[in-house]
Formats: sequence, C-alpha cells, structure tokens
Amino acid sequence: MAFAYFPHTEEDIRQMLGKIGASSLDELYSDVSPEFIFKGEFDLPEAMSEMDIRRRFSEMAGRNRSLTVFCGCGAYDHYSPAVIAPLISRAEFLTAYTPYQAEVSQGTLRYIFEYQSMITMLTGLDCANASMYDGATAAAEAMMMSLACTRKKRRVLLSMTLLPQVIEVAETYAGYHGVELGYVPEDNGGTSLDGLREQLAEGDVAGVLVPSLNRYGIIEDLEGFADAVHAQKALLMVYADPSSLAVLRTPGEWGADIACGDCQSLGLPLSFGGPYAGYLACRQEFVRKLPGRIAGQTVDMDGRRSFVLTLQAREQHIRREKATSNICSNQSLMALYVTIYLSLMGPEGMREVNSLSYGGAHYLHDRLLGTGLFDEAFARPFLKEFVLKTGLPVKKLQQTLCDNGFFAALEVGEGLVSFCVTEKRTKEEIDALVSCVEAMKQHGNLT
Amino acid sequence: MKYYDKLIFELSKEGRQGCSLPANGWPGDLGDIPQNLRRQNRPALPQVSEPDVVRHYTCLSGMNFGVDNGFYPLGSCTMKYNPRINEQVASLPGFSSAHPLQPDSSVQGCLQVYHELARALSAITGMAEFTFAPCAGAHGELTGLMIMRKYHISRNDLRRTKVIVPDSAHGTNPASAAVCGLQVVQVKSRPDGTIDVNDLKPLLDDTVAGIMMTNPNTLGLFETEISEIAELVHACGGLLYYDGANMNPLLGKVRPGDMGFDIMHLNLHKTFSTPHGGGGPGSGPVGVRASLAEYLPCPRVLPDGKGGFRIGREGELSAGRVSGFMGNFSVMVKALAYIWTLGKENIRMAGPLSVLNANYVKESLKDNYRLPVDRLCKHEFVFDGLADASSGITALDVAKRLLDYGFHAPTIYFPLLFHQSIMIEPAETESKETLDGFIEAMRQIAQEAASDPQMLRSAPHNTPVRRPDETLAATRPVLRYVPEVPDE
Repeated sequence: MAFAYFPHTEEDIRQMLGKIGASSLDELYSDVSPEFIFKGEFDLPEAMSEMDIRRRFSEMAGRNRSLTVFCGCGAYDHYSPAVIAPLISRAEFLTAYTPYQAEVSQGTLRYIFEYQSMITMLTGLDCANASMYDGATAAAEAMMMSLACTRKKRRVLLSMTLLPQVIEVAETYAGYHGVELGYVPEDNGGTSLDGLREQLAEGDVAGVLVPSLNRYGIIEDLEGFADAVHAQKALLMVYADPSSLAVLRTPGEWGADIACGDCQSLGLPLSFGGPYAGYLACRQEFVRKLPGRIAGQTVDMDGRRSFVLTLQAREQHIRREKATSNICSNQSLMALYVTIYLSLMGPEGMREVNSLSYGGAHYLHDRLLGTGLFDEAFARPFLKEFVLKTGLPVKKLQQTLCDNGFFAALEVGEGLVSFCVTEKRTKEEIDALVSCVEAMKQHGNLT
Repeated sequence: MKYYDKLIFELSKEGRQGCSLPANGWPGDLGDIPQNLRRQNRPALPQVSEPDVVRHYTCLSGMNFGVDNGFYPLGSCTMKYNPRINEQVASLPGFSSAHPLQPDSSVQGCLQVYHELARALSAITGMAEFTFAPCAGAHGELTGLMIMRKYHISRNDLRRTKVIVPDSAHGTNPASAAVCGLQVVQVKSRPDGTIDVNDLKPLLDDTVAGIMMTNPNTLGLFETEISEIAELVHACGGLLYYDGANMNPLLGKVRPGDMGFDIMHLNLHKTFSTPHGGGGPGSGPVGVRASLAEYLPCPRVLPDGKGGFRIGREGELSAGRVSGFMGNFSVMVKALAYIWTLGKENIRMAGPLSVLNANYVKESLKDNYRLPVDRLCKHEFVFDGLADASSGITALDVAKRLLDYGFHAPTIYFPLLFHQSIMIEPAETESKETLDGFIEAMRQIAQEAASDPQMLRSAPHNTPVRRPDETLAATRPVLRYVPEVPDE
C-alpha cells in the first residue's frame, strides 16, 4: 500500500531513475562503501496508521496525572487565550523556515519586529533580539555578552537567588568558555548588596547577573546595585520574569545594561519544559554585541516599508569562530505566541493578570500560615510565588498533595517549600489545597 | 500574496482590550508592593480587540511562504512535509499541561516519550544513548563538543583543545567550537568539498580533541574515505563528531554509528519532519556511543527499575546542564509520531527517495546551470551559477526570480567553495510533478537571463515586497516600533 507522505509511484521512480541513468534506488548509494549500508532490521514498530498514532499517544498522555499547579520555579501556569493556538498553527507561520528570503517572509519578520518592540517596552531597554532557546540559555548568553562588551575582563558574578537551573546552565557555559564565576550571597532571601560590593572589590568583573523576581518569588530591591556595578565598569544584568514587568520596576529603571529571562510566563503552555523562549535585551550601545537574530525595518525597491534580518555581521554564518555566539535561530513560533498574547492582553490585561495572581498568592500564603504547619521564611514583598518554612517531612507533603491532585510545596531548600498562584487558580481550588493540608494534619499523616 | 502594511501598534486605541479575565475578587490590588519596586509607567503595549488581533496576524501570515504553500528547495535545511497528526498529538492536554518539575510518578507519559524516542533514534543512527536537552541544531553541536571536552578533561588529557573542522563546514561548527573554548583548526577540502586525508594527517596529534564532520558534506557528496578518517582520528586519541544537518539521505540506509562516529546531533526539525516554525522551536538531540553515555548532560530520563522511568538529575561525569529543563518536549512528541508513522519498513524509503529527487533535479538542469562536481549526489547538490555566465546574472537574481514562479529560493552563496553557489535540496515528500514544475521554472529563468537580464536583476516582481534595502537596515538600524509624534 502507498505511504501517505511519499508521492512517488513505481512508474515515477522508474522514469526518474531513467533520467539519472541508474537502474535501481540502491545504485544511488554506489558511492557508499557496502559495509556501511544497513542491512539489518530496524528495531522499530510496524508502520502505524493515523488512528494507531492517535491511540498510542493518547495512552501515553493519559499516563501523566493531571494536577492543579501551585508551583512555579521557572515555569508558570498562566492562561493562554483561545485564539493564540489557531493563529500560530497557520501553515504559513508554522511551516516556514528562518526568514532569509525577506520578500516572502514579511509575516515572520513583522511579528519578530513587534516581539522585539514589546520586549523593549516590558524591560525598559532599547533593543531586543528575536528570542533565544529559553531563559537559562539567554542568561548564559548574557554572561558571555558581558565579557564581549567589557573586553579583557574574565569574571562574572551570579546572585545565589537566581533560579537554580539558570545558575547551572551559566556554570556549564562558563566552564567551557573560560569564564570565571563568582557568587553573590543571599541575605534574608534577597541578593546581598554588601556581598556584591565585596565580590566587586576583587576586580576583573565583566558583569553581574541578579534576578528581579528571585528563586523564592521575592521582589528584589536592587537600589544601589547599578551604581556599585558601574563603578567597577562592569555591566548590570537583570534576570526578570517578563509577565511581572508589566507592574514591577523594569531592568531599565534599575539601571541595568542587559535584561534576560524566559517568555514562558507570557501564556506559553507548560508543555513539560518546552518549547519556551528566552528573551535578551540591552541598551543601544551594546547592540552590536547582542547575539542571535535581529529584525529591522527598511524599505524595498519601491519604497514600501519592509523588514529584514539585520546586523548580520555579528553572526556565525559570517563571523564563524569569531561570532558573538553560535546561535543561528530563534524560538520564532514561541515569539509569535508571546506577541499575540501581549497584543490580546494589552497593558490593562497584563496588570490584571498580575493583580489576580498577587491576590490569590497572598490569600494562599495567609491561609497556609493559618494552618499552623508553616512559618514565614523571609517576610519580604512577593508577587505570585512564595516560600514558607516547615518542619513537616517535605517529600511526603509533596507526594500526599500530588496523590490528591495538586502540584505544590516543591522543596527549594532545607525545610523550605515553594508555592505559586496564577490568575488561573480559583478561590475554590486554593481552599481545596488548604483543606487537603488540614486533613493531613488531622489524620496525623504528616509526621 | 498581498501586501499588508500595519504593525499591531498601529491598530491600538486607548481603552481596547483583547482578552477577558475573571472578575478580581481579591482585596487590595497589588497591595503592599512598595512604590519603589513598581514600574513608573504602564508599558506601551497595543490596546486592540480580539477580532483586530485575529485579522492582523491572519494578514501577516498571508505574506509568508511555508512548506504547505509550495516547494522549498532550501539546501541543507531539509524542508520536508510537516504532518498535521504530529501537531495534534503533541498538543494533547496530558502533555501540554505537564509542569516540568512535577513528581516523576505524575509524568510517566512524558518520560515514556523520551524513552521511546531515544530507543527509536538509537535504532536509526546506531548510537547507544541520547540527550534531548539541546533546543536546536547549533545547541546540539555545542553540547556534543562539551561532551567531547569533558571526556578528555575527565581523563586528565588536558592538552586536547583543538577541534578540526573542514573549511566547507556550516558556520555554526567553528562558532560552536569557539563557544566551547576549543581552538578551530581548518582542514582544507578538495574541490568537491570532501576531506583530503593527506591534509588531515599532519594535523593529528595529541592536542586534537576531535573532528567535526557532516557526511554527506555540504556539496551533498558522501565522504568516501570516512573509514580511514575515523581510524586516523581515533588512533591519535581524538573523537569523531557527526553533524546531523545532512542526515536525511542516510535515513533508513546508513547509520552514523556504523561509520565510526562517537558523538552526533540530529535536527528533529529537518530529518524528523517537525515544523521549522519560521526559525524555531527546533530540537537538537545528541547521541553518543555507549562508552560516552555518562558524559551526557543532566537531567536525563532513566529506567526506574520498576518498569517506569525517573529523572536522573546528577552525574559525576556529566557535561553539565545545557538548558532550563529537558529541551523542547513537544517537538520530541512530533518526531516520535513521525517515526512510528513511517515504521520499520517505510523508513527505508525516506533517504533513498530524497536522493532520487536530488539526482533527478541535478540531471535535469545541468545543461542550464554550471555543475562543478558532476557525480552522484546524496540529498542535495550545488550549482555554481548559470552555465552561460555571460549575462552576469547572479545566484541572487535566480533565487529572487524563483519567488515570482511560486517556489521558495534555494540556499545561495553557500558553500563558500564557489562564487555563485545555488544549493538545492528536494526532500522525499516532493512529487515528480512538483520537481518537473521547478525544473521548468529554472530553465525559463536561464532563458530569461539571456533575453531579459534587467528583468531578472529587479526580480522578484510578484511578491508582497520587492528587494529590501539591507544596507539601510544595517547602517541606520530601526529595531523597534517608535510611535510617530503627530505634527503640532
């Protein structure tokens, strides 16, 4: 039986081989040494019909437990409006390549331009690239960028309150790239300014990466950071949740030179960790060190407004080993997702998302303290995510909550558990989570 | 395709909103967040209605060309058909709503996808184990090189800091090596782009970490001396890295693991049919031979010993964490659906049909376009401009004119071995009729070069915009929307 994705009939193959002057498809591999031609049977299943595929994958998806998400830690369960998925699934967006041929890629180039514009609006910086793989790799690229911008310096300082996965990826890249890392300690759940000054005093610092909303959900107070960093001719880099930037002080307002983070919080499905999209933004003076794709506005031969990939002299296909980065793509479709999301939300919708998340998170926070099983860990301002201290066995707590349909109380330190509430969580869901904790207490399930 | 000139910001009007959110019953809007931690002005995001948004992005899509619109002969990019069933199963709610940090017991379905895909890719490539953390091909290359370095470092073989890259390689190869802290040593290629073993030999010593190769190479030619290259590189203590950019012609026919490669990456968005999405998300899984498995990045999916799976988060020899979670998960779902749809028999036809298509187009056009290396090719081949170069018509002119004929352009000016490279890759999902239409258009263009070169130099003529001024874009960069201030 014919296979759906291959259009060739036997007659087509015969005619095409005739044109080539070959007698069989095997002959097309006569330049390959026979020892390398695979003659065995592939350890793969028999071909599956579309119905088989649907069944098999539904079964696998069904093996995941559907949980009500009360955790963030770098991936947030925000709502995705219904129109986004059908728009990004349009074949002209979905099945296009990178927009090298600008004349037939104006759709992609325009939304990238819009995306870049929106990222600058959220971050308060001048320029943004077309997106990176995810927040953690964007942070690693920012780290390498700070070296390229400051020349001859080798150290980068990371705040210990950054998300653990962001620190780990930066460490991986630093190890191979020859970047020396220093760590800025934490002070009552926030980045220590005194600790930063001590580290800076050791010299040779190219850049400092600190979070805006940190690993505990705390809103960092970065007053004085830019002055301290700039006094050492280093760059201040802020890792910020872009959703929160609709209401929180922006990296630009903190005096940052570079901002980076993960666009997942802008409505991207959790999707077990990806695809997401990292963003990277900077002040105008550093744009020629910005890695990755950048779309720019120009005019065509007839004077019409057009968009192209620009400043390509930075990039790997021109610069090869001298390029600022090896990245040669972006998470384009996810950038489109984010652009449509921000268009739908607008400034008021984004404010509302934050306000709803804030309200729900603070309600849960207070209710959990009310159970008597948790204590305040830091007592500092937070937005949608917070950490509590508990004497409970945390693995068991998390597992019991999971058994009851909740993903909550992720362990983020010894005796520290993390919770997160977005606008998707209702009061009923929050109450149900608290009831579940209280029931455990009553049944003595927690000791 | 119709020109549409708006940006979403230009549709904005104060007071509009394109989403409805639940009523806010919580007390105290943003309550106790101190003023100095808040932004001063609200962001200038567009204020548009939902129908505005739908129409705007639908109009933008009308200025784009994708594989679903027509033939996309883009060399080295493997623009094959992107099956829709894969999209559907990847967006099943059980997958799309899974949080990456959920307890292992609650995401057994996701972990099974990783396991099944690793098994399938091992069968197809001959590699023992895979990581799925890299989010793109270049990211996979970088990860592969990290594994290579970590291997040498863990053996205390610290002098191995050079990586050999053919001068015909994709630009990402040297760039990835540099990011990984390796020095790039170029090995000269012969006029046909294959590696000259005699040029390679003097480069091989105890400072070599390994070699990066694409096979078939960037001219679509199989490296016939691969056995000897593998022996030489291994004998000097180096590792062989296989850049999977050109894996498609080998699909179902030749396994990189059998050719002596130690580490490789695959582009799921090329060889395994997942959509390119206008530049991403892709996925660049890295496979290694069994002896290198412990160097793979963490976290990794491992059997839990009870018939299920767990996430292994630490490994002493691991190259490290390379992405925030475990890569672009939904892309893996799509690739697995593709492989299972093909099954053990159809996969044997995928590579050969792509090779048939490439050789058919090459043979049909070699009288009209200059073919610098006239021999059997694999999935792609390269012309060096028109056979009759007297008109001065360039590869760029040909590419732009093809857009008028309703085809996407081939890759041009790559590889750098020729001045007028036109690199053509017709994937196996293209029919003979489509290829005949393309061949006819290419012949027409060759005729037009003689009869009306001026028309070609100003092509395209029928696209939403015509050649953009790239110099203006680069010298006076406009990289974001700035509202026009109305005249007083």
